[in-house]
Amino acid sequence: MTIKGKAYIAGVYEHPTRKADTQSLAQLHAESAMGALADAGLTKDDVDGYFCAGDAPGLGPLSMADYMGLKLRHMDSTETGGSSYVIHVGHAAEAIALGRCNVALITLAGRPRAEGVATGTVPRAPVAASPDAPFEYPYGPTVANQYGMAAMRHMHQYGTTSAQLAWIKVAASQHAQHNPNALLRDVVTVEDVINSPMISDPLHRLDCCVITDGGGAIVVVKPEIARSLKRPLVKVLGAGEAPKHQMGGKIDLTYSGAVWSGPAAFAEAGVKHADIKYASIYDSFTITVLITLEDLGFCAKGQGGKFVADGNLISGVGKLPFNTDGGGLCNNHPANRGGLTKVVEAVRQLRGEAHPKVQVRNCDVALAHGTGGSLGTRHGSATVIMGRE
Amino acid sequence: MATTERKYPAPSVNPEIKPFFDAAAQGTLMLKKCAACSQSHFYPRAICPYCSSDRTEWITASGRGTIYSYSVMRRVPVPYAIAYVTLEEGVTMMTNIVDCDLDAIRVGHRVKVVFKPTDGGPPVPMFTPA
Repeated sequence: MTIKGKAYIAGVYEHPTRKADTQSLAQLHAESAMGALADAGLTKDDVDGYFCAGDAPGLGPLSMADYMGLKLRHMDSTETGGSSYVIHVGHAAEAIALGRCNVALITLAGRPRAEGVATGTVPRAPVAASPDAPFEYPYGPTVANQYGMAAMRHMHQYGTTSAQLAWIKVAASQHAQHNPNALLRDVVTVEDVINSPMISDPLHRLDCCVITDGGGAIVVVKPEIARSLKRPLVKVLGAGEAPKHQMGGKIDLTYSGAVWSGPAAFAEAGVKHADIKYASIYDSFTITVLITLEDLGFCAKGQGGKFVADGNLISGVGKLPFNTDGGGLCNNHPANRGGLTKVVEAVRQLRGEAHPKVQVRNCDVALAHGTGGSLGTRHGSATVIMGRE
Repeated sequence: MATTERKYPAPSVNPEIKPFFDAAAQGTLMLKKCAACSQSHFYPRAICPYCSSDRTEWITASGRGTIYSYSVMRRVPVPYAIAYVTLEEGVTMMTNIVDCDLDAIRVGHRVKVVFKPTDGGPPVPMFTPA
C-alpha cells in the first residue's frame, strides 16, 4: 500500500499579509482556504476533507467547518507544531487513497505580530500536564535558546562555524529580494549575519526566522479531479513523518527526526537525492536547515557547514536551490509555523510559477520538509516529495 | 555577570514526580532507575521509557556531570545560561548553569549540582562549575 500517485496538489495559496491588524484568526484561515480553492478552480462545496493543526481557533476542524460552512466526511487535526501541514499532505493523500475524501483542504493562519507575542525569547507557557514541563520550564527554555543549544553542540562536535550558518541566511535573502511580499527583502552578507546582535549563543538575530501574521492553504485531490482541472499536475510521490524526543535522557542534539522521515519519503517516492531539483527546508533558524540537510542525506553528518557555504543553496548558483520564496528566514513564518509555506513554494517551483529570477529549470521533482516543535527538546519531522507530471 | 537575580518559575508538581522535588527540598538530586532493565532515565517516570516496566525506583545521583551543550540568552533583562548536563549516571538533563561568568561556560566543563529556590514552589537543581 502506498500513496504514490494516489493524490495531487491542485491548489496552493500564501496569504499576502504579514501583519493582520484588521482580520480575525478564523477569517485568515478562511481567506487562505478560499485562495487555495480558487487557485485549484474548486469551491468550498467541493471540499469533503479538512485538515488543520493547533493554530486553528476553537475546536479546530469543528470550529472551522462551522465558520466556512463545510460539509465534511473526513477530519484530521494532527498537531506537530510547524511541521503539521507537511504531515497533513501525507495524511490527505492517505485519506484520498482510501476513498475517505476526494478534495482535502489544509489551512494554517495566525497573528503573533498583531497580538504582540514575544515569539522567540520568552518561554512559552507549558501545555497543561505536559510531563516534561516541571523539568524544563523553570530553566527558561525559549525557542531561541533551545535551538541555540543544538547549534552549540553541532559546532562543538563537527566544527561548524557561524560563517557557515550565515550562508543559509545569505541564500534566503538572495531569493527574498525578488518576492514583493517578503517581510525582509534586503540582500545580506555573511558579515551582516555575524555582526547582527547575539540573541542566544551562538544564534545571531539574522540566524532567526521572521515573525509574521498570515496563513496559507493547500488543496489535495484525487487523480480524476486533478486531471479535470486547468492547473499543472503536481503529484504526491512519497511522504514520511516521525517524532524525535529526548530518548529518556540519552539526548543527542546533532540530528533531527529527518533521519527517519526522509528515508521513508525517498523510499516511497522511489527517487534519489540527485533527482531533487528543489528543496523547501524548514528554516526556523539557520541551524535547522543545516541539520536537516545532513539528516535528509544531501551531505554526510557533520558536513552541513561545508555543504551550505559559498552559495550552494542559491538558485542559479548552487547545487541545491532552497526556499526560493525567501523562506522563514526572510519571507514569511505565519503563526510561527513554517511548514505550509514550504509546500506552497515547492508547488510553485514544480508548476514553473516561482519568480523568474529564482525558478529552477526543468524542476520536475521537489522536496518539502517540516520541523515542528523544537530541535532542542522534542519535535515532529515531516518530509514530502512531489513530482510534476 | 548580571547583578540582578532571575526569578525561577515554580515547577508544577504531580504525584508521579513528587519524590524528586521533596528530595530537591532536602538538597538531593534523585533519578529514576529501572529494576527490570537496570537503565536510568530522565525526566523521571513511573513507567520505564526503555522497557515499559513499572519497576522504576528512585536513586540518589552524585550531582556531578559535564556540560553537553548550553546557550546564553542575551535578549532579556537578565541574561542566563540554559544547558544540558550529562550526569555521571549517564542521563542528560536540562538545567541552568549559575553562579559563574556566563562567558566562560564551555561544552565539556565539569559541573556540580546546586539547588535554587523557585517562585512559590520547591527548589530545582541547577549546576555550577565543579
